[in-house]
Amino acid sequence: MKSLILHTATRLMIGVLILFSLFLFFRGHDEPGGGFIGGLVGAGAFTLYAIAFGTEATRKVLRIDPITLIALGLLSLVVSGLIPMFLNEPFLTGKWLFIEWGAMETKLSTPLLFDIGVYLCVVGFIVTVIFSLEEE
Amino acid sequence: MDTLLPIIAGAIFATGIYLLLRRSLILTIIGIILISNSVNLALFSLGRISSENPPLIAAGSLEPMAPFANPLPQALILTAIVIGFGLLAFALALAYRSYRELGTVDQDELLQDAEDTSAAILPKNGSKEGGNA
Amino acid sequence: MNGLLVLPIAIPLITATLALLFRKNSFLQRLIGVTGMAALLVSVLFIFRDVHTDGIQVLQLGNWAAPFGITLVADMLAMLMLGITAIMGVVVAIYSIYDIDRERERFGYYPLLNILIMGVNGSFLTGDIFNLYVWFEVMLIASFTLLALGNSKNQLQGALKYVFINLFSSLMFLFGVAMLYGMTGSLNMADLALRLPEVENTGLVTTVAMIFMVSFGIKAAVFPLFFWLPASYHTPPVAISAIFGGLLTKVGVYALIRVFTLLFVNDTGYTHTILLWVGGFTMVIGVLGAASHMEFRKILSFHIVSQIGYMIMGLAFNTAMGVMGAIFYVLHNILAKSNLFLISGIAQRLLGTFELKKMGGLYRHYPFLAVLFLISAFALAGFPPLSGFWAKLSLVKAGLSIEQYVITGVAILVGLLTLFSMTKIWLSAFWGKVPDEVPDHFGKQPLFGAGSLYILMIPVMIIAGLIILIGLNAQPLLEFCMTAAEQLLNPSVYIEAVLGPQ
Repeated sequence: MKSLILHTATRLMIGVLILFSLFLFFRGHDEPGGGFIGGLVGAGAFTLYAIAFGTEATRKVLRIDPITLIALGLLSLVVSGLIPMFLNEPFLTGKWLFIEWGAMETKLSTPLLFDIGVYLCVVGFIVTVIFSLEEE
Repeated sequence: MDTLLPIIAGAIFATGIYLLLRRSLILTIIGIILISNSVNLALFSLGRISSENPPLIAAGSLEPMAPFANPLPQALILTAIVIGFGLLAFALALAYRSYRELGTVDQDELLQDAEDTSAAILPKNGSKEGGNA
Repeated sequence: MNGLLVLPIAIPLITATLALLFRKNSFLQRLIGVTGMAALLVSVLFIFRDVHTDGIQVLQLGNWAAPFGITLVADMLAMLMLGITAIMGVVVAIYSIYDIDRERERFGYYPLLNILIMGVNGSFLTGDIFNLYVWFEVMLIASFTLLALGNSKNQLQGALKYVFINLFSSLMFLFGVAMLYGMTGSLNMADLALRLPEVENTGLVTTVAMIFMVSFGIKAAVFPLFFWLPASYHTPPVAISAIFGGLLTKVGVYALIRVFTLLFVNDTGYTHTILLWVGGFTMVIGVLGAASHMEFRKILSFHIVSQIGYMIMGLAFNTAMGVMGAIFYVLHNILAKSNLFLISGIAQRLLGTFELKKMGGLYRHYPFLAVLFLISAFALAGFPPLSGFWAKLSLVKAGLSIEQYVITGVAILVGLLTLFSMTKIWLSAFWGKVPDEVPDHFGKQPLFGAGSLYILMIPVMIIAGLIILIGLNAQPLLEFCMTAAEQLLNPSVYIEAVLGPQ
């Protein structure tokens, strides 16, 4: 779409939207938010870009083929489920790893990995749908 | 709310059925969307609606403050909405593709008997070696 | 707890992921496709061994105890269905190497096929009714895409009917689940089985049972809800037709068997009588439809409908013998029906058409193919010593033992009519004169050796071999089916396995 306002606004917005999607994603750790909603906002960012600049440009910005994103997301989901199996617990059991950084503490867990998978799948799926509809 | 929601769900369901029976493909899709929403609403109201504390665990405590609302129906609905969203995206894309291919959204015309079905299958082994079929 | 139980779901998912990552390389995709299915088969065999020796196996996903978490339950019925699914997966993956074109491969045929199998396996394994809905949807979205992949005109027409009727049936299913939840406050099937008899409003339970019957009935394509099936199953490539025709409707049948033996057993006089009528009509109407068509795959599609009737009939008898017959019939039918579809694909490649009127001379030029067709067709019609004979025999015995003479008579009569329409295919495509216009390679292209269709022949021979094997040595499989039926009709074993001793 050729519109100066849309172009300028999109350039400004896309970064904010992606940051916001990551914010939602990490917030989902303890509060409402998470991979799905974060992924929706992230996909929204790329959809906006696709509307403003076309799908070719969006593919370049995205760098990775959206279908590969879905595949990576699925992979991350499977891995998060399989990790507890190697520790002799049922599929999908939550496993946590606490890393101390002095006063700070980082919590890594299989639910986080699962959520990353969800995020990637949602972004990949929606962008794929938008692309295939746009490129008709 | 306990009586209102089922009535609304029923009304939406009926509207959906009406639209489902129309000839236009687009109206059919809207009908499916409406039915899907009414089913979600039914699921919501069947899970019992109560005004209690949110089922969130406050920092420092181990369980939510009783009495808390039942979070399960909402989880179920969220799942159903996500699935419905995916399926509807597909249905819309399919309808659009059909419109492009067949040039109409009228179901009577869309679903007229196709010619020889073997034409649908890519002929022979050519496609394997020939690359782009 | 048996950690292996997750493998029939995890393996197709991993396979799908890998195939998706390597979607540009068709050699790797095919390799991954076949290897993944073979791995699935091996994993199923391992679980089967456990179920056979130790009884029902259970896995609480994520370590959340039942009835709060999602439970995977492998009883004998689930294992038999998983086994046949894995076998079908392997043969269809091999068949696809030749049958599926590059274009479809690039659009994700192998990932979709694996997601489909994952959905089917999940449906068989899950012990949670809402989770069953989710697996149904996984299966549906994959099947939608597989059906529409390619975008030819009649594929789109077929897909439209298929998609909308199935979307509607899923919504009915979800509504039924909502009602169940509203009545009992539980979604775990074992827990539901305990709580449903305590519900005071028994009329409401029966109503919900009917909602489930309609929803699963649409998926299983029973009378009067079958019309979408013959309208869509003949449109995609043969490999997809075979897996749809063989497997997908049977998932609906499985769901019917599961809920009408575990959950809705309070008013069998009402629900199972309706099932009996439905089964009878499905048999007759399906076979009449088949008799009136002249297109190879349309005839087969109507036969799917007709054969579903037998399974529903067995379920409706509600005796160990009947349910055993129904399960055996499902297994046998998946083999025979898929094989006929696969053979129709080979015939089409040789003659260039599915229209019986334009086919002919297959017997003269390809006698081996004709023999393979005869094996599958006779198995379908129920000739000894093939698998179909034992399936029909146990159903007829079950019918006679509870004095349901009319429906048993109908079942035998439908068997004859099945034979009639198989004869129709045989007379024109195999015995008929070689038509005037045939592709150049007809009669010259060999079935084996260089430049041949041997990749298509391998799966057909594997299945034909299985049909003969089951026919000649039916005892082990009959015993497995009997175990499955006994487990189904005695739900306390299932409930105890899931929830622990009561």
